[in-house]
Formats: sequence, structure tokens, C-alpha cells
Amino acid sequence: MNVTRGFSGRPRVYNAGLPPGQYDAGDDWPVLSAEVTPDLAPADWSFRIDGLVAEPHTWDWAEAHALPASAYEGDIHCVTSWSKFGVRFGGVSLDAFLDAVRPDGSATHAVAYSHTGYTTNLPLADLTGGRAWIAWEYEGRPLPAEHGGPARLLVPHLYFWKSAKWIAGLRLLDHDEPGFWEQNGYHARGNPWDEQRYSGD
Amino acid sequence: MTETFVPPTGFAVPGRIAVSNRAAALWQTATLTEVRRETPRASTFRFAVPGWAGHLPGQHLMLRLRAEDGYTAQRHYSIASPPGDAGHIELTLDHVEGGEVSGWFHTVAKPGDEVEVRGPLSGFFAWPGDRPALLIGAGSGVVPLMSMIRHHRACGVTVPLRLLVSARGPEELIYARKYGTETTPVFTRRAPEGVPVGRLAASHVAPLLAAEQPPGGWEAYVCGSNAFAEHASRLLVAAGQPVHRIRIERFG
Repeated sequence: MNVTRGFSGRPRVYNAGLPPGQYDAGDDWPVLSAEVTPDLAPADWSFRIDGLVAEPHTWDWAEAHALPASAYEGDIHCVTSWSKFGVRFGGVSLDAFLDAVRPDGSATHAVAYSHTGYTTNLPLADLTGGRAWIAWEYEGRPLPAEHGGPARLLVPHLYFWKSAKWIAGLRLLDHDEPGFWEQNGYHARGNPWDEQRYSGD
Repeated sequence: MTETFVPPTGFAVPGRIAVSNRAAALWQTATLTEVRRETPRASTFRFAVPGWAGHLPGQHLMLRLRAEDGYTAQRHYSIASPPGDAGHIELTLDHVEGGEVSGWFHTVAKPGDEVEVRGPLSGFFAWPGDRPALLIGAGSGVVPLMSMIRHHRACGVTVPLRLLVSARGPEELIYARKYGTETTPVFTRRAPEGVPVGRLAASHVAPLLAAEQPPGGWEAYVCGSNAFAEHASRLLVAAGQPVHRIRIERFG
């Protein structure tokens, strides 16, 4: 494209952690959800994994917290073009949940769904190997409801719409099944480093 | 074993319309043709986009500016104009303090300048004009809602449409002279003589969900800052609007 007349942009501070087309949101953490924030108490929260697994299981708040704690410290990236550096989430690695249900060898994808009905699809490979969490703490405090508390999925290496707020479960499938934003034109995978924003990118 | 999950509270899934993925993926040149002042802080920017595929009221686009060294900045903006404005689109932008893109628009841009856009994007917040619509917006959150009002007028859509729009004062009310009887402004800091000052409240929302509710109910569209969206959506739920018939567009 052509240069925009008279546009120089912000002073550039080189940051190797900033994917293409993103800017540093600094202290801001915009809230972007299309639905009403639910009133969901920890006592009413549960997380289930089913579909192509040997033993479907549902964890309640206490059972999930009994799993080994695991934290993520790093960056997050939203498709609307902000990134946030050096954030700290606490919770449990998704590997701990998946180990318990024993995924079938035929499972290739998952649909994550929220207590609100929101859905998003992910390749199973993006959810394993220490790259995904169920998170309930942010900077050492309970995750605020507007950011998905009491617990959200956290898949920080993908655009943040994949990190479903108010996570209710995962269904393992042998095929890819578009979720809410993916049915609305967004990319099936959403890798920020490849700028996979919209279907066709 | 496979089970079908049925969420305990439904929300509006999927979007109202099928989205053209081809249009969403394609960057197009948009040429600025006109700038209109709306308020001291907001202006409307009109663009010619000859290849624009068309949009529905409520949809947004992504806009990109490029610096000489190749640096780009991109932002999502709601579309203010109705679908019938063939080959043209309008955006109404606030001048954000320190805003990289809005700053360029408000201090540099003039007719003839070119930017790039891709879209329209997302069908979730779109309103095709098929169901009664209750619109609630604050500040520049009224922009996609104005596209709906313009569409409603231009096409002679007969389903009921109501707008509650919140602004700090009359001088900050975007599109102030464009509203008709469908609109109730709510002023939070300063109001004209005889008009109450105060926040959007249950007393604004409750009558619309009682005596003035159309058969089959409203489809509610809320747009504004996150704080406003939280407040307005809670008022709607408290007044009886089903959560799966509330669509929210927030900006941080």
C-alpha cells in the first residue's frame, strides 16, 4: 500500500515481542466481549472435558484447585491490535486436565465453550505441551468477572478471542468446527505472528 | 462418547448474517472526500471506496495507516453510514488523547488523502432491519446505532426502533440534529433548561420493556465504553430483557 500522507506513527521502540500490526496497550486491558458479563460464583463454576476421551470428567472449583498450580508469565495479543506485555496469570495447566480424561488418538481439535454459550475452536496441539491454562488469578488476585472470572481458558500464543472467558468445558473432536467469532469471519487458528486475523488471511 | 453441550444461558449465537470472508480479507483503498465536525471532539470522515462490497448497519471495518518507514497502525471502527450509500462509507471518530490514528485524522487528514480499509467485519452486531431494535449507546458508541437509524429511515423499515443515547452534555451529543422521535437523549453532566441531568437509569429502560415493548420483544444493541456497556446491559437484564437478545460492542 501507499504511505499515508503526514502519518509518522508513535515513536518506535523496538520490541521483539510485538507481533506485526500490534501496538503496546501499556497498562490498559480493554474488555472485548459481545455478551453480558455473567454473575458466576466460584461455587457455580465447573469445567468439563468430553467428546473423544476415555473418561469424560467434570471438575468443580475445589477439584480444579486441587490440581498442581501452574502460572503463565508473558504477553497476550488481541486481534483488535493491542498487545499487553509481562502479564501474570495463575491457574492450572490444561495438560493436567487432559491427562485425567485420556484423549482418544483420533482427537485432533477441540471446541471450548463458556458458561455464557460462547464457543471457540482450537487445534488440540495448541492446547497441550504447557501452552494452555485454566486461569483464575491475574497478577496474584482473583480474575475479574469482566475478564472471564472466576475462570477462563488461557492460550496466550494465539489471539485472545481463543482464550474463552467463563470457560465451561472442552469437547474433543476429530475435525475442526468453527466457533462463535470463526463463524463471523475470523480465522480458524488465530496465530498473531502470522497475522491470522480473518478467514482467508 | 460424544455429548452435545447446551449452555445454561444462551446468548446470541451465531451472528445474524453470513459474512463474506473474501471481503473481510481484502484491503481496499479508501479516499477521504469530506470531513464534517460533529462535536468539539468528534468528526465524521466520508470516504469513497469504489469496490466496497456493502455492509449491514452495526458492522465495523479495520482501517490501516502506513508511515514512510513501513510502520503500520490499524484500528477497528464502526461504520456510521447506512448500506444504501453505495460506494461510500462514513466513520465518526473521537479525537482520543494521544491517539495515534485518531490524532492523524483530527490534525492531518484532508480530502484527497488515502487510507486502507478491510471489511465489513463481523455479523454479530449487525441489524438487518428484521426485528424491533432497542439501541443504547454512549459517546461515540452511538456510531453503529446511527447506521441502523439511517437504514431504518432510508428503507422505510416498519419494525419499531428506539434509541437511548447518553452524552455528558448537549454539545457532546454526536448527531444531535439528526435524531427524531425514536430517540431519547440522556445527559449526565449538563442538560438544556428543563431537562433532567443524570445517568442512564432503570426509569429509562423499564418502560421500554413493559408498556412500550413490541410483540415478540426487542433485539437490544448496546455500544459504548466497557463501563457503560456493563451498566446498560445490567439495566436491561434487570428490566427483563433476555441475555441472549442483548448484543454488546465495547471499546476500551
